[in-house]
Amino acid sequence: MFKWLDPYAKPQRLYALCGTWQQVLMPLAWFTLLIGVVWGLGFTPADYQQGDSYRIIHIHVPAAIWSMGAYSSMAIAAFIALVWQIKVAQWAIGAIAPIGACFTLIALFTGSFWGKPMWGTWWEWDARLTSELILLFLYVGVIALQNAFADRETGDKAASLLAIVGVVNLPIIHFSVEWWNTLHQGASITKFAKPSIDPSMLWPLLICITGFALLLAALTCLRLRTAILLHEQHRPWVRDLVKESSDA
Amino acid sequence: MNPRRRQRLLAVSAVLLLIGGGVGSMLYALNENVDLFYTPSQLLEGLGKDKVKPVPGQRLRIGGMVVKGSVRRDPTSLKVSFDLVDTGPIVTVHYEGILPDLFREGQGIVAQGTLRDATNIDATEVLAKHDENYMPPEVAEAVKGIKHVDPNAAKPAGTYR
Repeated sequence: MFKWLDPYAKPQRLYALCGTWQQVLMPLAWFTLLIGVVWGLGFTPADYQQGDSYRIIHIHVPAAIWSMGAYSSMAIAAFIALVWQIKVAQWAIGAIAPIGACFTLIALFTGSFWGKPMWGTWWEWDARLTSELILLFLYVGVIALQNAFADRETGDKAASLLAIVGVVNLPIIHFSVEWWNTLHQGASITKFAKPSIDPSMLWPLLICITGFALLLAALTCLRLRTAILLHEQHRPWVRDLVKESSDA
Repeated sequence: MNPRRRQRLLAVSAVLLLIGGGVGSMLYALNENVDLFYTPSQLLEGLGKDKVKPVPGQRLRIGGMVVKGSVRRDPTSLKVSFDLVDTGPIVTVHYEGILPDLFREGQGIVAQGTLRDATNIDATEVLAKHDENYMPPEVAEAVKGIKHVDPNAAKPAGTYR
């Protein structure tokens, strides 16, 4: 099964692959983000009800979507790490977790700054807000657990389990606005019906979402490369690599 | 797949299923307590299977649409009262303070306060809800027939909203 994926479980191959991807993804991510954010914050029309305040949607929604996207990819890595015990999958958990935590923080803060002028409050213990806060705690828990043991293997295993168990929170975040009465409004684009957002505002938002996705991928490649080097520092191929770069 | 991997796969899947089932049933049991607010009909008809009604003096949140033409202001203070509706019953909210920018007739709001009697609430905090529709003013006028009120524009002197 997955014979074509097998070679990439080897740290050296994956290190090279991530290097190539990162070179492509990083500039692409910043370029996309620049277009999306400038268009979204500067050149979209004001909303009929919220005026200019709604513009923060172009940061808030992509960060929130990919805070959950990052969590699911981290959980998939954790699943692979637990079942197939592939080392690079364990390192991927540690690589993704801080990025996801940052995205969650961005979503929470921008949401707060949007909530104050529109709803009239910085924070409300509403199902959507609370479950997103729990997502942040899950990320922090995974990071802490992975580094909490003197024996790295134990830490990786514990962190993987927590990451997998935390997946339960993802549908809760997504459906919280449908299952319960919340202050937070319902979904505008991640639903099956036609998006309830005008095309002139939807396009920059979609570009921002793509930009955040590319940034997530690029940063993951970057951090995974660092993790591979860190864990393999005593291997001959890393020594050769260091020698090469110091000779050049 | 070798037997050890299969065993681990089963173990991890079982853990996920158990936790998922556990959290699912917990949320189902807590269903009504996760709601942020009562709607006016829930307040009057009671909540859930047992039709539990809140008692006067209880702290609660109420959410609904502000009834058109129901906003009454005290000319000499910040006291204001307005009616809320969802599908039928009407509840009156009494509040003293500054209302959020998005507060207007026909808007969804959430108020926190204490229940005075069956249909009156003394609110300590009023929050505005907005929906998931975003559109420029011209589109809103064409689609919904809503005339845009520029929230940034200065309010005429002498009228408090």
